[in-house]
Amino acid sequence: MAIGVKVMKRPTRETSYLRATLGGMALTFRHLWRPKVTMQYPEEKSTNDWTITPRWRGTHRMLTDEQGRAKCVACGLCPQICPANCIKLVPGEDEQGHRYPLIYEIDEFRCIFCGYCQEVCPEEAIHVGVHYENAEYERGRFVYDLERLCAQTHPVSTLWDPSDPKGE
Amino acid sequence: MTFFLLASIAKIIAIFTAIMVGVALITWVERRVCAFMQDRLGPNRVGPLGLLQPAADGLKNLVKEETYPRRADFWLFLLAPAAAFVPALLTFAVIPFATPLPTPWGTVDMVVADLPVGFLYILAISSLGVYGIVLAGWSSNNKYALLGGLRASAQMISYEIAMGLSVVAVLLLAGNVTLSDVVARQQQGLWFVLPLAMAFGIFLIAAFAETNRVPFDLPEAEGELIAGYHTEYSAMKFSMFYIAEYSNMVTASALMASLFFGGWDIPFTTWDDAPPWTIGKTLATLAAFSAKVAAFLFLYIWVRWTLPRFRFDQLMALGWKVLLPFAIAYLTIIATAIWYLRARLGWTYGAGFCGALLALNLVLGAVVVWGLDRGRVVAGTARPAGGRVGGA
Repeated sequence: MAIGVKVMKRPTRETSYLRATLGGMALTFRHLWRPKVTMQYPEEKSTNDWTITPRWRGTHRMLTDEQGRAKCVACGLCPQICPANCIKLVPGEDEQGHRYPLIYEIDEFRCIFCGYCQEVCPEEAIHVGVHYENAEYERGRFVYDLERLCAQTHPVSTLWDPSDPKGE
Repeated sequence: MTFFLLASIAKIIAIFTAIMVGVALITWVERRVCAFMQDRLGPNRVGPLGLLQPAADGLKNLVKEETYPRRADFWLFLLAPAAAFVPALLTFAVIPFATPLPTPWGTVDMVVADLPVGFLYILAISSLGVYGIVLAGWSSNNKYALLGGLRASAQMISYEIAMGLSVVAVLLLAGNVTLSDVVARQQQGLWFVLPLAMAFGIFLIAAFAETNRVPFDLPEAEGELIAGYHTEYSAMKFSMFYIAEYSNMVTASALMASLFFGGWDIPFTTWDDAPPWTIGKTLATLAAFSAKVAAFLFLYIWVRWTLPRFRFDQLMALGWKVLLPFAIAYLTIIATAIWYLRARLGWTYGAGFCGALLALNLVLGAVVVWGLDRGRVVAGTARPAGGRVGGA
């Protein structure tokens, strides 16, 4: 070596190629018998070691009232706050003056799953859901309309509460 | 004559099938063992325990699109996978894998061709394997492939010499180059791994290098050369290189079993060694041989998922500056010892003869391990000031 690199003197057991090799072989052999950490996904979706967090923010769900109508009152707060501008809301009003959404669509491709819509909703109508299996055969299917949002059954996300930061 | 022809054809077909099925299984075992060593499960979906995974892979490779680099040398590009694949299988022809099988028409030797020049044939054919790799590297018209091919040729030539020299010790002790005689000789004395332990060590290292397996997989070196010589290959041609690599492993394992571990000999018994031959003996010895080969294959896989790859200069230094002189020195010592025991002490070949050589090997082994352990032969993680790189 042209440049004099100062190399630390270390004890033989740390620098021995032979012992390192044999030690490595022993290590890999021990690992052969260790319990495996693989989760067999489609059959097994949660184990004792891992379950999906209740704060997971996945595709949306619209909650409904006793008559099965969407709780949404078309106040317009969610499209207002949505940073990705993925919520399309056209409000309507019936004879008694109740507001309801004529069109309510969420483009799940544009959505960044921030959960602001759920946070801002005064009626606790729109929620992000604890759900992650969203595969579709067409791109168009990723724009969820009101009917589809109401039909979702997965659990809704528990958002972070500043007054209860650990979720207790 | 007709019987000989028919028997030979049957043996060829049987061995070809066995190796192909074996190779398919090894790819599965490799992935499973690798996964287990990494605390994963590996392919376990296709068929019971994932055993049909190789079939699925094969089917996929058969129906995939073949791509040809535009400026590649078309015919050589086409030829290379075959050139890598054929020698790997040819070598197996001279390896005896069981006791002779008695049939109503005569006894059939359980070796495809018991050539009188057995081992020379192996050396000759296994050197041909490098052509496939070099041609693949060169004809792809790809710099990474070319580098892989160059490395493969340099590496295989370097280690071929040490390998050949280590086997000379075996031939000295066996007194013959026919593999069936080498096996027979081990049954009279001890398995050659004991009296020729150091030769086995050299052979083992060289065999790893010859088959391009970790820690000597520089021709593929995915971290540096993408995939080395088979970068440009796709579908079944890529698969052929895979099959060639694994067939080479099987052959090298079979060689190690034959040369050093008594071939088809069942240890601690003698009932299997002598005529009259029976079908039971054939099956039992075949099982023993398969078990030995399987053990070596596991060693290959085990080492692959443990060790990192050598640097190229380390590889060359190990081959030329360590293994080669070491093999020559060892050969000299062993030849002298054999001569001394035979000519001066008048011993005849047998277990005692082998035991004396074993004692010699233990002494030599202790010295070598002591040297290796202190980084005198192969430098460890830290080098002494002044920097001797790799060499002795």
